[in-house]
Order: sequence, then structure tokens, then C-alpha cells
Amino acid sequence: MSDFRQAEAVTETETVAPPVTEEVEEEVQKPIEGPPPGATTSLWSDAWKELRTSPLFLVSLGLVVLFIVMAIAPQLFTSTDPRACSLSNSLERPSSEHWFGFDLQGCDYYARSIYGARISMAIGVTVIGFAAILAVILGSISGYYGGWLDSVIARLTDIWFAIPTILGGIVILSLLGERGFFQVSFVLVILGWPTMLRLYRSSVLSVKEMDYVEAARALGASDFRILLKHILPNAITPVIIYAAISIGVIIAAEAALSFLGVGLQLPAISWGLMISGAQTRILQAPHLLLFPGLFLSLAVFGFILMGDALRDALDPKGR
Amino acid sequence: MATEAKESTKSSIEELEFNPHAPLLEVDDLHVEFRTRAGVVKANDGVTYSLGEGETMAIVGESGSGKTVSAQAVMGIIDSPPGYITKGAARFRGVDLLALPEDERRAFRGEKMAMIFQDALSALNPLFRVGWQIAEMYRQHRGTSKTEARKKAIELLDRVRIPAAKERVDSYPHEFSGGMRQRAMIAMALALDPEVLIADEPTTALDVTVQAQIMKLLADLQAETGMGMILITHDLAVVAEVTDRAAVMYAGRIVEQGTTKQIFRASYHPYTLGLMNSIASPEQKGTKLIPIPGSPPDLLHLPSGCPFHPRCVYAQDICSVDRPPLRDLGDNRKSACHFAEEVGTGAK
Repeated sequence: MSDFRQAEAVTETETVAPPVTEEVEEEVQKPIEGPPPGATTSLWSDAWKELRTSPLFLVSLGLVVLFIVMAIAPQLFTSTDPRACSLSNSLERPSSEHWFGFDLQGCDYYARSIYGARISMAIGVTVIGFAAILAVILGSISGYYGGWLDSVIARLTDIWFAIPTILGGIVILSLLGERGFFQVSFVLVILGWPTMLRLYRSSVLSVKEMDYVEAARALGASDFRILLKHILPNAITPVIIYAAISIGVIIAAEAALSFLGVGLQLPAISWGLMISGAQTRILQAPHLLLFPGLFLSLAVFGFILMGDALRDALDPKGR
Repeated sequence: MATEAKESTKSSIEELEFNPHAPLLEVDDLHVEFRTRAGVVKANDGVTYSLGEGETMAIVGESGSGKTVSAQAVMGIIDSPPGYITKGAARFRGVDLLALPEDERRAFRGEKMAMIFQDALSALNPLFRVGWQIAEMYRQHRGTSKTEARKKAIELLDRVRIPAAKERVDSYPHEFSGGMRQRAMIAMALALDPEVLIADEPTTALDVTVQAQIMKLLADLQAETGMGMILITHDLAVVAEVTDRAAVMYAGRIVEQGTTKQIFRASYHPYTLGLMNSIASPEQKGTKLIPIPGSPPDLLHLPSGCPFHPRCVYAQDICSVDRPPLRDLGDNRKSACHFAEEVGTGAK
């Protein structure tokens, strides 16, 4: 914020004019020694400045980047094929050569934990991406136009809210014969969009009252342009924050559904499935629960922490 | 959103049959009401005025008198619901704007008529550079290319006398001082050379010194372009300085109309007179200012008859029964008072 004030002070050249008389005198024009162009500040660049020095954000960024790289290029972390298993190694405990030990099928557990990141991250990002798109489209219509359309959408989300995510997921997924990446993502999008929609709708409601929206209308901008250029950039912040937190929640939900046996199915490699497979042998082979659980917790923690840090940085009142 | 679509809306307003001899802007018996939960508020109740080329007209009044609403109605930016235009016309060169479909109205805004606002900081989008926002006017209405639009934005900033326009074009609104923001807003409004500019309290949020500069800038730009300007204000000093004609509004109606000189020489409505008496002037030094007694009426429960009668020193029995129409007093001036002549000649 201090840069903001400096910029204000430097640009304040107009107050040196003479007092009002019948004749308005020519204004004083002196060169402005403002910050050079490009060194300007905006909400996001201010936020970035704050985030760069926030340990919370740096830790979360590290975790998130780690898991994203893991999802994209698991080969960087392990050269072992997670599907190359040998029953002779079944349930072997962690050792110096195989840090995470082996599962029931005798597959290398470290490799499986690494490869498990891919599906979790993909589901998290896909679900939140689609939910956010739905939320922005419906929230724009609902918040900007209001009227009966708003009432219909609002009541619909109310009803949707009454369905608990996991229970709803169990019911819908157990009706579907095949349960892969698309089915699980679909169900989580279906169950996850109402919160985001409400968030974006209320944000639109407050932004549309701003003078710059009226000014844009007064200067001939179309509704579509107003929604895209004026409302969206100013109203999206809470959704971004919520999305970061929700990716973690969705990853956990996928794991929970897989654990309950209605999520992904073998031979898919996912942390949820690994934890599910560990449940009957917890005392016998605790490492089966420990490692995927640890990865899952760290990923969820990373996203939620990032959401928190973003909220702190983007909320101007918090500064 | 293809540029062809935009150009076609632009050409669609070019096809409208403008009558070059008709007044630039003519507002006729405009009625605007807001239907709220508490009841119907008649924000404009038969507002009539006209504006010529190169002319500056002031609409003066307290907050809640309906002056901004009348401008919004003319621009077509009243939120509906709760606002409804129930009657009247706003003719631009003979074409009734209120009867046009929304896409033609939209093409009108910015192109033929533009508006600037009281608080330029909140009227500029905080997330975009000032130059981008000005350039946007060209891109959305004319489909101008990015680099060309930017060049025009710099020219405009220069025209509204923002120093070092080339560097300033990349600043964000919060990096501008209050006066510069208003200049930027004016630049945006003037981008497409509108024929009518509505300035809604353009200087209220500014320092007195900056106020004068902005008013001078507006007057200069008007002289350059010959546009008609409606200045909405409650500042009588500004009215006296820059406007040709003035309309005084009270409770959604115009109560007095005339040239600025006439009105300042002698007010023919007790409300205008009250406004004049409540300004401080050097001649009155040492004497007390005379405020208008009472407070502005609740628009939901307007007094019967003349809405000003409970506060009026001239009020007689007839005033609480009969609503005085806006009468022509000759010499282009009008007053909505039963006793306009007595008020004007000071016969009390």
C-alpha cells in the first residue's frame, strides 16, 4: 500500500493552482515524476508483492508445484514402473532400497504413490475448472439480470445444497455401471458447483452496483462486454480463493469415494484406492495406509494453505 | 462479438431519420417512477426541457429532486425494475429515444450522447489502465485496432490536458489525482465526439481549485466541438459561471426555468429564491445566511398541492390544494408558482 500513497503524492500536481476567481487561470503544468510506466501497481501486482514474502504462500506454492510436477512427469521421481509387480514382494515393509515398501500385489509402493498424484490432481483441477465455468456463467445471468431467472437458479442451488457431497456421490456413482475418471469428475462437478455459484452471484451483485458499471453502460457497452470486462475481473477474486481451497477438498472427496468403493476402480492408481486397499491390513502393514495418506494430506494441505494465503493477499481490508 | 456486429449497430443508428432542424435534445413531459416495496416514488413528474447545439443547460436541485434520474432516463440507463419511464419522450434531433429498441439505444450511448459522473475514481474500472479504458471506447464502437486505439487514447489524454499523456496512458486509475481521473473520464466520454454530454455533478468530489479547472476544460471542449451540455449540479456558483440556461428542480418537477442571467437577476419561484439566499456572498459579510426552512419532502408522501408549500414563505391556502403548473412568464422564462410575479418582483 505504501507504493500506492507515493504514487498519489507524486501525481498530485493539480492542487497548486490559484484559487477560484471569475477568470480561471491556466493550470500549472509541470512534468510529472511518477513511477515509470510498467512499474504501476494493481490489485494483483500488490497481491503478488505481498505473496512473495509470505512464508505460508511459499510453502503452499512449493507443495502445489511439487504435486503438479509429480502429476505431469512422475518419471522424474521414480524410474520404477508402478505396474511391474511381483507377488514375491507382497506386503514387504519399507527398506533402504524400496522406501515405501510393497503392497499386497507386490508393486513398488513409492512408485504407486507418485503415480497416484496424477489422477487426484487431474480430478481436482477438472472438477474445479468446470464448476467455476458453470458458476461464472450462471452466476452472471443470475446476479446481473436478476428477476425470475435469478429466483429459479437460487432455488435450484438451495435444493442442491441439501444434498451432502459424499452421500450424493455414493448414490449417483453406485447407479453408474462404470466408474472412471469422467464419471467421478462429473459427479463431483454436479455436487460442487452450487457453492461457487452463490459466491460468484453475490460478488456480481455487489460489483454491478459500482459506478464504473453504470459508466460503461452510459458509454454504450453491451451487457456481454460489461459482464466480461467489468464485472468478471472485479468479481472473480472470491471464486479464485474458494477454488484453491476446493481443489484440496475435491481431491479428498475423490479419495473418500474411492475408499468407500464407489469411486475409481482398479487398475487405476489413486491415493483413495490405495488407502482403501490398506483398510483391512492396517495392523499388519501400516505403511500401506501411511504413505498414500501422507501424500493426500500434503496435497490437500497445500491447496488449502494456498487459498488462505491468496485470501489474505487479495482482501484489501486485511492489509 | 465480431466487429461487424458493432459496426452494424452503429450504422443502424445512422439510418434513423434525424431531423437536422429539430432541437438537439428535447425532453417532453418525462415521467419516471420507482416502484419500491414502500410504494411508488415519482422521481420525475412531467419534466420538460430542451437543449440546443453548443448550449449549456444546468439542472439544479437538492439530492433527491430527480435531476440525476432525468439524465439517466434520457441516457436509458435506469435500472428496471425498480425504475420505469411511464410517460413522455426524449427526442434527439426529432427521434424519440425512449421508443427505440435497446440495441439502438446502446449504440446511441457513447456515440451521440455521453455522460460523466460525480466520482471519477469509482467510475473508472480499478483493474484496467486508464489508456486501455479510453481505447476500449474505439474498440467496442468502431472496431479500431489495438495500436490505433491506443494512439487515439494518448491524443485524447492530451486533449483533456493530462500532462505527459504518453506515460500516463499506462497508469491505473488509483495512480491519478482526483482532477486527473475526472479528466480521464471526460476523455472517455468525448472519445466518439458525442453531440450531447451530460455531466452529473462532475466537480462535486473535487477540490475547489481543481473544480474550476475541470469546468474550464469542459467549457473549452464544448467550444471546440459545439456539443450541447447538460450540467447537473447543486452548486449555484458553477451554474452562474458556465451555463447559458438553468432549470431548477424540486420533488421531481421543474419549478423554474430561464436563462441563467434571468434567474440570477430575479428568481420567480420561492424555492429558487431560497437557494439564492442560502449562498454565502462577500456582500453579505456579517449578516446571517437565510436557509430554506424545513427539509426536502419525502417523495413517497408528497405534500398536497404545490410540493414546496410547507416550506414556502409565500404560501397561501390555494397552494396546499392546487398544484401550480409550469407557467410561461414570457421572455422564455417559466415558473411553477401561483405567485410567480409577486416572487419575481419582490412584492411581499
